[in-house]
Amino acid sequence: MLQHMLLNMEETASVILFGIGFTILLLHQNLIKKIMGMNIMDTAVYLFLAAKGYINGRMVPIVTDGIQDVSAYINPVPSGLVLTGIVVSVSTTALMLALTIRLYERYGSLDLDQILIQVKEEERT
Amino acid sequence: MSFVQNFPFFSIIIAMFSGIVSSVLPGKKARNLSLAAIGLTGVMSAAVLGFCLKTGESYTYMMGHFPAPWGNEIRAGVLEGLTALLFEIVMFLSVIGGLKYTAADVEESKQNLFYIMIDLMLSSLLALVYTNDLFTAYVFVEINTIAGCGLIMIRQKGRSLSSAIRYMILSQLGSGLFLIGLSLLYDVTGHLLMSPAKEAVALIEASGSYEVPMLVITAVVSVGLGIKSGLYPFHYWIPDTYGYATPAASAILSGLVSKGYIFLLIKIFYRVLGRENVVASHIVNVLFVFGIVGMIMGSLHAIAEKDTRRMIAYSSVAQIGYIYMGIGLGTQAGMVAAVFHIFTHSATKALLFISAVGLYEASGNKKDYLSLRGAGYRNPLAGIGFGIGALSMVGFPMLAGFISKLLFATSALQSPHKMFLTLIALAVSTVLNAVYFLRLVITLYRPAVSPEGHEVLEHAGGTKSSWNLRLAVLCFLVLNVVLGMFSQPIVNAIGQGLMMFD
Amino acid sequence: MSRRKDNYDTSRWLKFKKWVDGEVDLLADGMEARVPEGTAGREKACVPEGTAGREKALAPEGKAGRGEALAPEGKAGRGEALAPEGKAGRAEARALKGKAGRAEARAPEGNDNQARPKTEAMSQAAYEAVQEEELKKLPIFTQGYDKSVDHGLALFRKFYRFMSVLLCGGLILVLLWTVAYLPIFGNAGNPDNNEVSARYIERGLQETGAVNIVTGMILDYRAFDTFGESCVLFIASCCVLVLLRIDASSKDSQTEKRRKEAAYDRLYEPKNDIILQKCACILVPVILIFGIYIVLNGHLSPGGGFSGGAVLGSGLILYLNAFGFQKTERFFTEKVYRRTTLCALTFYCLAKSYSFFTGANHMNSGIPLGTPGAILSSGLILPLNICVGLVVACTMYAFYTLFRKGGM
Repeated sequence: MLQHMLLNMEETASVILFGIGFTILLLHQNLIKKIMGMNIMDTAVYLFLAAKGYINGRMVPIVTDGIQDVSAYINPVPSGLVLTGIVVSVSTTALMLALTIRLYERYGSLDLDQILIQVKEEERT
Repeated sequence: MSFVQNFPFFSIIIAMFSGIVSSVLPGKKARNLSLAAIGLTGVMSAAVLGFCLKTGESYTYMMGHFPAPWGNEIRAGVLEGLTALLFEIVMFLSVIGGLKYTAADVEESKQNLFYIMIDLMLSSLLALVYTNDLFTAYVFVEINTIAGCGLIMIRQKGRSLSSAIRYMILSQLGSGLFLIGLSLLYDVTGHLLMSPAKEAVALIEASGSYEVPMLVITAVVSVGLGIKSGLYPFHYWIPDTYGYATPAASAILSGLVSKGYIFLLIKIFYRVLGRENVVASHIVNVLFVFGIVGMIMGSLHAIAEKDTRRMIAYSSVAQIGYIYMGIGLGTQAGMVAAVFHIFTHSATKALLFISAVGLYEASGNKKDYLSLRGAGYRNPLAGIGFGIGALSMVGFPMLAGFISKLLFATSALQSPHKMFLTLIALAVSTVLNAVYFLRLVITLYRPAVSPEGHEVLEHAGGTKSSWNLRLAVLCFLVLNVVLGMFSQPIVNAIGQGLMMFD
Repeated sequence: MSRRKDNYDTSRWLKFKKWVDGEVDLLADGMEARVPEGTAGREKACVPEGTAGREKALAPEGKAGRGEALAPEGKAGRGEALAPEGKAGRAEARALKGKAGRAEARAPEGNDNQARPKTEAMSQAAYEAVQEEELKKLPIFTQGYDKSVDHGLALFRKFYRFMSVLLCGGLILVLLWTVAYLPIFGNAGNPDNNEVSARYIERGLQETGAVNIVTGMILDYRAFDTFGESCVLFIASCCVLVLLRIDASSKDSQTEKRRKEAAYDRLYEPKNDIILQKCACILVPVILIFGIYIVLNGHLSPGGGFSGGAVLGSGLILYLNAFGFQKTERFFTEKVYRRTTLCALTFYCLAKSYSFFTGANHMNSGIPLGTPGAILSSGLILPLNICVGLVVACTMYAFYTLFRKGGM
């Protein structure tokens, strides 16, 4: 089992990174770090996908010299998925950063708990 | 190929295109365009539903020139048509009902952006309903999330910003899990389209290889979509988001957004992982337990809550628990009950949010439910709407909620291990529902207290809310009664649609 | 704190926990970037207004306000708990820093300012007035935490953290367990190297006309996903617009403040930096041409609309940074942004609808694929790449300007 994990080193690494990112996104109170965690998590998935597309000793999927043989190129599908995923993650990151800026302007803190306490305070007054 | 078969594709594209065009339109025109798009897509979904009922089978539609395992595909059947139709009706009525508040809550120069969110939300919901491709589902899940976030934070007052960030954080957790689940699935099956993926999964199951990955994939996908739809332990964004967004957005978010994810989950269970495999993997039992805990805890939270809209929001947590309990039963009947409850809940929760707005209006926009005393006299139609909605949630006969509870109970009888737990949970949860909903309804019809402490009855006239709010409440009422009275054809259609999934 | 033991304050566990919480940084002491963190950040953020800013009015509550109110609550409170740990009086240091906070923060500005023309000094004064005003409002939030709330919260946070660590550790283990059963890396016989990828490779060139198989895949075989993806970008930019655009019409105080801040946007940056401008003069055209090359050659070589658009966007951002908004406003306003996005997305939408419709109805789309390898080839892919490139470039630039000053 361990040997298999070592053979699948890229996947192992990406899965650990995914866990770390997930932890940070869930656990950290600081919004900027949460966003970093989100990016780590997304990137881990892209690493996973990219690793899945790779085949030992083959070329990038761009037709060169008219060779159109399956055994010449790596799997193009995961690359496309990564591309799509990156754009999605850019969009969500921008949105979360914008939200963070607004919250910081309003409450003067990046700590989610502090912000929530202040929200309650604000409501009470 | 019949022309009607193009309609699912047309409706997704129309919704998207109206969103894109709205970016340069002024608010009013964007609103009209958005309403027109929702109406048009509604008609199209009805046509698709009619077509599928007539032919009695589902069909796939190629998005492009390439067939199944290579190109994107969408798929339409009875259940897809029905769900899309209901989503469009609820969305249309919610937008209509909240018009006045949308105009007031959203800055003038940002009105069109609100309707962009609505349009893209509609397109993403339709795509989630119709899709036959897992990665398309992921992309549209993200559109749905971002549009939902936009709908929450467009009213930039009070808690809406902080609740938007909480919503985004939990949604991103859910998306991340969903995405890694898809990647794992792609890794072991090599397909992204649902039908070939299902064949590959069947081969894998038959050969007995990849047992662990399949189990983890099922778990991760269910948990990811569970988080996004607000399953109990991950529910804490719900009360704030539903309670503080602008009314139209609250109704749409509570009625539709989480249902889109649940529908996708059911679709993945049937069309990719295979229902038998999911049941055999015991993931459904986990969903079942979470669902039951959600049913009870959501109601308890709602009882403790003073703010009416937050109370309704907590009730959503309980109702989502019902749906997951139905999925968790693992039987065909349980699924039918769950899907029917999706319909019930969409129609009823939107009705409750919209009529609550009418009641607020009649009692000076205070949040505390005690200030609603006598509001039922001051705004009779909203009072009736709220009352009927509450009764439906509690499970009063002749209303939609009754039918779904009946379906849950009968489906529980078919699964011996979970029967007692389900029935007890249903009973307890119904009592708890009754406690807070009837308390609200009774408050509505108790005479208001004047500042001097006398009870005053304000029968005369009361405040009249705008025509669109009344129209929306009326239509929602009709929808609820229709779902309750003529449930049999709908239940049959759901059963037929689920059969088509296999 | 029930868990407190005699040696708990000095235990490694506590240190570790604090490090995990971000209260203590074992690696770098006093990095300024750590300001907005947890309670420590809070102390720092609040004390200044209390003590330095508004000594008389708020001194009693302000001082006792947050920093000390916390101390008894946490028993070994955050302040004291730090002391035995060799970080001697980090909390105090913070408090001091806090007191001096405002002054310190201003000091460098002041220095810079001397070197600047008078007009800027004046605008800085106005800017500070805005900030001062804002600070007056803040103390509302800094008072009135009652301890019971905080205590409950602390308990909750502990529970939350414990459960989260458990959950995430479990998640990693489960996923690792899965990885141990997955197909082996880099093996040609894996399930994902099936007929799907085989057809993309073997017939992609003939069917889509694109030499770059990935581009052919995302813009022709699986074009619906990619269209959804452009819509993600579009709706995200709409959301950021909602959040950050400063409207002339809106009147609330926050917008007012943001408008003033935006007006002094370039105050603390060097204006007319000759080095930056000269470099930009050389670099911007190169970057833009490179971006255009990537967009136009998306079907022939690595690249495409998304990457090329990002390069174009960064070129525009560099230009903006070097020459300021007055220059960019001549050719890039919000109107231009909207129209470009609208046209690009509309074209994308219509072109793809046509292609989907004809495909699904088994009609011939009639779009010539051209000679593979030529720049004008591969049917719709080239125009679609251009559209995507425009959308991405505009969106990147829009994100930057919105974050920077709330408008274009």
